[in-house]
Amino acid sequence: MKLNKNIAVSDTGFIFNPLSGDSFSTNPIGQEIIRLMKEQKPKGDIVKALGQKYNAEESTLEKDLEDFFQMLLSYQLMQDNE
Amino acid sequence: MNRRKITVAVSGLNNIDSPGPGIPVIRGLKESTQFDVRIIGLSYENLEPGLYLHNLVDKSYSIPLPSAGMDSLLQRLLYIHSIEQLDVIIPNFDAELHSFIKLSPILKRDYGIASFLPDLETFESRHKSVLYEFGEKNQVKVPQSKMVFSANEILAIGANFGYPLVVKGKYYDASIAATPEQAVNYFHKIANKWGLPIILQEFVSGNEVNVTAIGDGKGNCIGAVPMRKLYITDKGKAWAGISLLDDELITITNRVISNSKWRGGCELEFIKSKAGEYYLLEMNPRFPAWVYLAVGCGQNHPEALVSMALGLEVKPYQSYENGKLFVRYSFDQIVDLAEFEKISTLGEL
Repeated sequence: MKLNKNIAVSDTGFIFNPLSGDSFSTNPIGQEIIRLMKEQKPKGDIVKALGQKYNAEESTLEKDLEDFFQMLLSYQLMQDNE
Repeated sequence: MNRRKITVAVSGLNNIDSPGPGIPVIRGLKESTQFDVRIIGLSYENLEPGLYLHNLVDKSYSIPLPSAGMDSLLQRLLYIHSIEQLDVIIPNFDAELHSFIKLSPILKRDYGIASFLPDLETFESRHKSVLYEFGEKNQVKVPQSKMVFSANEILAIGANFGYPLVVKGKYYDASIAATPEQAVNYFHKIANKWGLPIILQEFVSGNEVNVTAIGDGKGNCIGAVPMRKLYITDKGKAWAGISLLDDELITITNRVISNSKWRGGCELEFIKSKAGEYYLLEMNPRFPAWVYLAVGCGQNHPEALVSMALGLEVKPYQSYENGKLFVRYSFDQIVDLAEFEKISTLGEL
């Protein structure tokens, strides 16, 4: 679970993949997850950080985070190295 | 900085929905930090929009179509030179390059007009019909292709390459046929427009990525900028595109330019397959119509070409900006009938 090299994310949640030329928009929670991924936080830490901030069930967050990762994978923004 | 005053003749002023590279090349030259360029436009049609872009093109002359032969072209160029004292000529049409390559030693030796083109052998080596061999020689993957002169050959080649099958004209046009019947239909359509032969090419699925590049003819790639089309017209032309950061593509481009000792501008068209492999689909022997994106990314390829044509030393560009977009637009120019009359009757504007 590692964000691909050179992926650019702006303050407004605009994501640019310079290798493919694709661009995407994400909401503030997506931005937060990407920021934590850029800090190389493991999945467990990301779930914890989100759980504390949004007062949500860990199991729900884990499932949602997995969905988000699958989306990043399909858009070639992330490598699955777990 | 004092810029050297020069006069450059440029063709490809057809800034239409399937645009020629002339106007983007001129924009690059007008932004040169080394040269103060007077532009002489060379046109084939009286409605090429560049003829009327007086902020970019200082004076224009019509020139004979390649079918008129080299002598007519030479005589016309010498007439233009007698008035304008040309320093450099940049031809931008595939179909005219053969004549210009043949004339370039005469123009240089006898009249001091420089150009910067590949030799005839290198020019022919990347032709669509022999691209597969070009790929083998230059260590780049190329989809299998066959040159055909008759629609009767399609069935056997289609069975071998499989469908979809790409049907291409010698210089321009390409269509993707899903069935043998469609392939035959495209064969006739393209042959009627551009003549024979037709090239049949194996279809490789993936994302198209293109590179605008320039070689010094000694094996050095002076500049290269990769781009992905973001908006494609119904003619398959990029109406918008974005520069990419792709080290592998730059490495492949450097290898092709270096091994082939390419001299001049070119465009390499690739497909990146789902497995991440690059296949060279075409190597166009002149700058693409989107070459101004390279200027916007920090590599002024037209300026580098003129410098090399004039015998100046040019160091290879080391970097460019990725994530830069070009977005084309159409623009209605209002033209007085007198101007149209002048180019139509006198062949000059």
